[in-house]
Amino acid sequence: MTQLALVIDLNVCVGCHACVTSCKQWNTSGAAGPLADVNPYDADPGGAFFNRVQTFEVGEFPDTQTVHFPKSCLHCEDPPCVPVCPTGASYKRPDDGIVLVDYDKCIGCKYCSWACPYGVREIDPGRKVMTKCTLCVDRIHDATKPESERKPACVLACPTSARLFGDIHDPESEVSKAIRDNAGYALMPEWGTHPSNHYLPRRRTAMRVHPDELERADNPLKVDGLLPRPSKADPSLDDVTSW
Amino acid sequence: MRPEASVILLTTLIGAGQGLFLAIFTAHGLALFDLVAAADSLAFDVAGSAIALALTGAGLLASFFHLGRPERAWRAIAQWRTSWLSREVIVLPAFMFAVFVYALVHFAGVRPVLARLPGGGAIDLATLAGLAATLLAFALFVCTGMIYACLPFLREWHSPLTPLNFLLLGCASGFTLAAAFSAAAAPGLTRLFTGYALAFTLLGLAGRGAALVRNRRLKPKSTLQTAIGVKHPRIVQKSMGFQSGSFNTREFFHGRAPGTLRWVKWTFLAAAFAVPAALQALALVLADPAGPLLAAAFAIQFAGLAAERWFFFAEANHPQNLYYQAVA
Ligand code: SF4
Ligand code: SF4
Repeated sequence: MTQLALVIDLNVCVGCHACVTSCKQWNTSGAAGPLADVNPYDADPGGAFFNRVQTFEVGEFPDTQTVHFPKSCLHCEDPPCVPVCPTGASYKRPDDGIVLVDYDKCIGCKYCSWACPYGVREIDPGRKVMTKCTLCVDRIHDATKPESERKPACVLACPTSARLFGDIHDPESEVSKAIRDNAGYALMPEWGTHPSNHYLPRRRTAMRVHPDELERADNPLKVDGLLPRPSKADPSLDDVTSW
Repeated sequence: MRPEASVILLTTLIGAGQGLFLAIFTAHGLALFDLVAAADSLAFDVAGSAIALALTGAGLLASFFHLGRPERAWRAIAQWRTSWLSREVIVLPAFMFAVFVYALVHFAGVRPVLARLPGGGAIDLATLAGLAATLLAFALFVCTGMIYACLPFLREWHSPLTPLNFLLLGCASGFTLAAAFSAAAAPGLTRLFTGYALAFTLLGLAGRGAALVRNRRLKPKSTLQTAIGVKHPRIVQKSMGFQSGSFNTREFFHGRAPGTLRWVKWTFLAAAFAVPAALQALALVLADPAGPLLAAAFAIQFAGLAAERWFFFAEANHPQNLYYQAVA
């Protein structure tokens, strides 16, 4: 079974909101209709977005870290938002695991948004139906696009490659390896929703330099240039060739 | 959560309607066993059912204002296998239909005896329709309560006390209304209904009080640490990613000061329980059926229950709120 998902590297995200704007652009231009805005050029602008980047400060000055935290639907493997929907508008696709809303069936009762602990579903103020991240379902399966462009808009837009996209059920995929190798984790694991999107934690990027790397251990007197040239018969470092 | 007028009206109105019908059918059932004198069909059963229908119909109407796309509301019957909301959408009209049939049978007087109880009570069409409506009324209380109780991370609601309180509070207001109504339509039943109403009001106080105590002791399971997955005791949100409001900042916050919440809590404890219970007790000790007294009890209790429902939403804390704490 396939479970498409995003892996977001918090170590790399710089909080530039490129994913937010590219997501809005792609998803407001599609066949599903515009993602409406309210007062876009006025005081108090608002509107529906699938993806938001939030900023948190961890620790106490001077020992602080700024964490930029992009958040969109996590396409849970056990999505609590799906069974509560009275109309069947919210569903999880069995073939690729994407959780979608059928905008033609949704009655805008908002019950699914109550049932999502992550606060990622938003009512579209224009269409009055529930909307949320589709993983750009209208683009990732589009055979008319070159393979390299069959990715969600946010992944293509991210200037620091903080966003990876792939099948987390395939152990050899880029995303599975990233989760495995970098301690990828899920949000609010306490609710048993098994989010598919994972986050890679902040990692310390200090370089570890041992003292003997600064100074050659076999050259305490720093006389590299003065060393006698070994004879051609002496074994070389790799024991095969000689000088 | 943000209390919404449409949902407050829906749940309080249909609760009173269900309770009222349960009261009417209680009298019908007791009459079958000759425990009370049968009330006048037209003045009591038909008129009472009509009031119950008006209440549930008004609740149904209010619920449409909750929807973004009310014209598609019929689609909500699709997922009854998994969704309590879908089940409620099916059971509510079914209950109204059964009440309508009950009233119609009484009105038309089409009551051939289908079977006889050992004591001689006649089982007729009205009894069957009333029995169906009674079962549906209970089912509706369960559905309405479970819509809220089935969401595990809304921990203030995720308790068997939620459907229980919907049942008790609906019966309290319904039986109080039945008492006030019967003072005019069937004075012989007023004392009986007042007694029931008092019992349900006190039971409701116990159930709601237990829920209040339980919710005060709840410790949040989700924290900012689990929300963003950073294990540090001090995390502060600096920006939620946009400067003005969004759906997430409106739908899930009540936006009132903690003082308001406290004030509403004491108001509904007084108006939904203490004052009506006192009036009901007074009506019981007074010799004549005290119609105006009971009408006042119903009006005060209904307003109190609306406040109770407002508080019910406001007191629920959604974990998504962790992500929306700082405007910037
Ligand atoms: S993140 Fe929320 S909306 Fe998305 S699948 Fe999970 S529960 Fe549903
Ligand atoms: S808002 Fe739409 S998608 Fe969500 S539960 Fe209601 S009908 Fe289903």
